[in-house]
Amino acid sequence: MTESKPGWRELPRGAVSTKSSTEYETGDWGIEAPEFDREKCTKCMLCHFFCPEGSIKVREDGYTEVDLRYCKGCGVCAVECPVKCITMVVKK
Amino acid sequence: MIEQILMGINGDEAVAYATKQVNPDVVAAYPITPQTIIVERFSEYVADGEVDTEFVAVESEHSALSSCVGASAAGARAFTATAANGLALMWEITYIASGMRLPIVMAVANRALSGPLNIHCDHGDSMGARDSGWIQIYCENNQEVYDACIEAWRIAEHSDVLLPVMVCLDGFSLSHTMENVSTLPDDVVKEFVGERKFITVKGHAGETELRLNPEVPLSMGPVDLQDYYFEHKLQQVEAMRHALNAIPEVDAEYAKISGRKYGLMHPYRMEDADVALLGLGSTMGTVRFVVDELRSDGVKAGLIDLRVYRPFPEKELIETLGDTPVLGVLDKVPIFGSPGGPLNEDVKSTFYEQVDKPLVADYIHGLGGRDASPMLLRGIFEDLIEVQEKGEVTRKVSYIGVRE
Repeated sequence: MTESKPGWRELPRGAVSTKSSTEYETGDWGIEAPEFDREKCTKCMLCHFFCPEGSIKVREDGYTEVDLRYCKGCGVCAVECPVKCITMVVKK
Repeated sequence: MIEQILMGINGDEAVAYATKQVNPDVVAAYPITPQTIIVERFSEYVADGEVDTEFVAVESEHSALSSCVGASAAGARAFTATAANGLALMWEITYIASGMRLPIVMAVANRALSGPLNIHCDHGDSMGARDSGWIQIYCENNQEVYDACIEAWRIAEHSDVLLPVMVCLDGFSLSHTMENVSTLPDDVVKEFVGERKFITVKGHAGETELRLNPEVPLSMGPVDLQDYYFEHKLQQVEAMRHALNAIPEVDAEYAKISGRKYGLMHPYRMEDADVALLGLGSTMGTVRFVVDELRSDGVKAGLIDLRVYRPFPEKELIETLGDTPVLGVLDKVPIFGSPGGPLNEDVKSTFYEQVDKPLVADYIHGLGGRDASPMLLRGIFEDLIEVQEKGEVTRKVSYIGVRE
């Protein structure tokens, strides 16, 4: 509780969000993050569809990449990848 | 004084009629005995075009209150009604409604919880919801039911409060019993309740009214973890405290148009009382009769009919009780493993710090609709007189009117 946050007298009533969900970066919840081996990747995009947080995006070139600001490191992508090109590694 | 029309209606009809006059935007309800007449009458008003209300015929009470949450969040006035197991099914949503600070009004026709199955009155249902963040008003008669169903909107929507309100009426003894009820003209009720007002909050897209509006989006009640939940709960605690001022304020304004003033509790013959009974709901009408009888016998008896149970009016109770040395508490709830009934526990917490505290005895009565007759209540007063003579309470909790 070192960070300064507004107290109950100051916060808006109704438990409304004071910031957008995009500003609520949940990436720091996780320990691991996916690492992609693009040699093996077939651009099937299954990791993009399976990601429960929507944090795996498809790039212009067809490869996928993870947005670490929101990735909680659940590892669903690594399990679902049919060619096993995703490895979960501890976040730096 | 405004001319009023006297109607012979039962408690459920009083709820439906008052709600018709309020003309809320949304009513979502599921029929359950003894609340059914409310839903039936109100759907007739909808079918006959007497209200502008959108009536949502839901498949369960969970959906009924969920619909009200959605409607109220969108800025509508939303009403529902239930009883017993229906309220139990709403459980999850009662906390969501109060946590999102939605001024929903709900009538509860008090009924014993199953099992075994029973359709008659006790307070087991609404007492279970006493800590759900809803204001609770208990009515002694159908006149109070009618008046509470009008006042409730102004209390719920009061800018210092913003909490849902439960209007509790005893199943059958009020819900299905016809009484004379003085009713206000439609336009007077309409003017009294006015339009729903909104407070301004600062959401993620800037300042806006506390309601869903696509122009200025707002997220209401999303995930709220270790870092904010506690603060939001404290805001609800504070709102309940404000309700103790807001309720008499609204009540005083209502008294100006109706001539009827209720306050947080109605004391009766308490000025010099030696023994008094405190309770909720229709039983207190019978206690009133017994108090008069005892007074004519020379016994200094009195009563306190607690109208507002949540928030619990501690300060007012201490003032109202005054020097009365013995207080009996009427709890209409089965208790399993707790030191006493919920009302008894609140009373004891209220007086614990007082130097001159009354002797308090708890009387569990009327479960599953068991009659609380004048004779039975007289017996409780006799017990209280004995407590006064002995100067101590020998039985903290007594079960009255049950076969051994």
